[in-house]
Amino acid sequence: MEHLTAALAEALGRAATVLPADVVRALETVRDRERGPARVQVEAILENVAVARDGAIPICQDTGTVTYFVRFGERFPLMAELRGGLEEAARRATEEVPLRPNTVHPLTGANPGDNTGVHIPAVTWEPMEGDEAEVHVLPKGGGSENCSALMMLTPASGLNGVLEAVADHVVSREGKPCPPTVIGVGIGGGADVALKLGKKALLRPVGSRHPEPEVAQFEDKLERLINASGVGPMGLGGQSTVLASHVEYAHRHPASYPVGVVVQCWADRRAAVRIGPDGSITIVE
Amino acid sequence: MEKVLSTPISEDDVRALRVGDVFYVSGRMFTARDAAHKAMLDKGAPFSVEGLPVFHCGPVVRKSGDGWDLLAGGPTTSARMESLEGDFLRKFRSRVIVGKGGMGDKTLAALSEVGAVYTHFTGGAGALAAQAVREVETVYWLEELGVPEALWVLRVEHFGPLVVTMDSHGRSLHAELAAQVAENMKRAKAEILSD
Repeated sequence: MEHLTAALAEALGRAATVLPADVVRALETVRDRERGPARVQVEAILENVAVARDGAIPICQDTGTVTYFVRFGERFPLMAELRGGLEEAARRATEEVPLRPNTVHPLTGANPGDNTGVHIPAVTWEPMEGDEAEVHVLPKGGGSENCSALMMLTPASGLNGVLEAVADHVVSREGKPCPPTVIGVGIGGGADVALKLGKKALLRPVGSRHPEPEVAQFEDKLERLINASGVGPMGLGGQSTVLASHVEYAHRHPASYPVGVVVQCWADRRAAVRIGPDGSITIVE
Repeated sequence: MEKVLSTPISEDDVRALRVGDVFYVSGRMFTARDAAHKAMLDKGAPFSVEGLPVFHCGPVVRKSGDGWDLLAGGPTTSARMESLEGDFLRKFRSRVIVGKGGMGDKTLAALSEVGAVYTHFTGGAGALAAQAVREVETVYWLEELGVPEALWVLRVEHFGPLVVTMDSHGRSLHAELAAQVAENMKRAKAEILSD
């Protein structure tokens, strides 16, 4: 399944070099709103995005940890090819794009140099109906990932308590995650589920709202609260600290209120392909 | 008028800079992250770095003949170097730090003492940075430290914009903003959480 691997490597390359249109639009809106040093930062960002796109070179030198979210149909016939292809694509893209070799053995410090390793690329498998598969690529940079957090709040703190805790956390990181950021929040489930939902929430396009009004309202409040902080682009002051907040939830244990916060830098890089049962490839994003 | 400083940058050059100033660098600079800072403090600098900007950066590079091309090279988070930077400045007199996110009190004190500034380059703008790199002159400790952590020596032209966010007169935009942000959050919570 050579062409499957090639298509996945191409998606990794596209994610590394071309910022999705929804993110560019959001950044342009921010630029028009900001003044002074904040505006200088966003202008540099947009110029950088154009240079990367035109030259097919990585937007950011931190090309991230290769992270896949895979939705596969119950009757998708090419599982073996897909599994092998995900890892091989990381190797190939490292060579061809190129990507920075970003996988370090946590005990020995050794770097295999090809963006693979134990449990990496990180793959989340999610079954769905049908006979197709959809692979979402989310290269995740280290600076923003370091600003992610798990909070085990007390249920008595209520929804306002969640809002306050998430906003305080994001604001406390100041310029470190390269704002304006996208904030993925997972509420409920358990410790692991909350963080996974937070990361999955980043797959949604910037500007989208959760379909349930209570959740959409929470997203809106969280954005207003964080943007009122004045942290601004790159933490140099301004009105735009987040481009968006995306919230997903799971039911929680009565005694637990887990909240996973996953921070994505302004370089909210994503790509996606759909694979047909015959191996045909459609670019989704 | 755009201000361009040529390397080696002197103490007088940096003492004249204040928080909020924007400038560009032409000449020679080098990358160093945590591991290269530690290696330099342990073993000494492999070449004279006085007056050369130290760039907190782990670049994307590609082998090209006998040399290297730098394809993307924006700044990494400077806070990771906080425990090392003061001694680093005292020992090597680098004069200009290029990074993102700002640094803490220990570094701020060293900036005043040594005569140096902390400058902010737009985080993630790796392609823009690479455009200003004319040549990768050499690389040290590539084998031991790997690509991101190695010490890359770069010849640059009009590298920037660099915004001075910590100067040699004790001012830190990061510290000042932090106080303002705390005030803002108090007000915003009272307003938004009571909706």
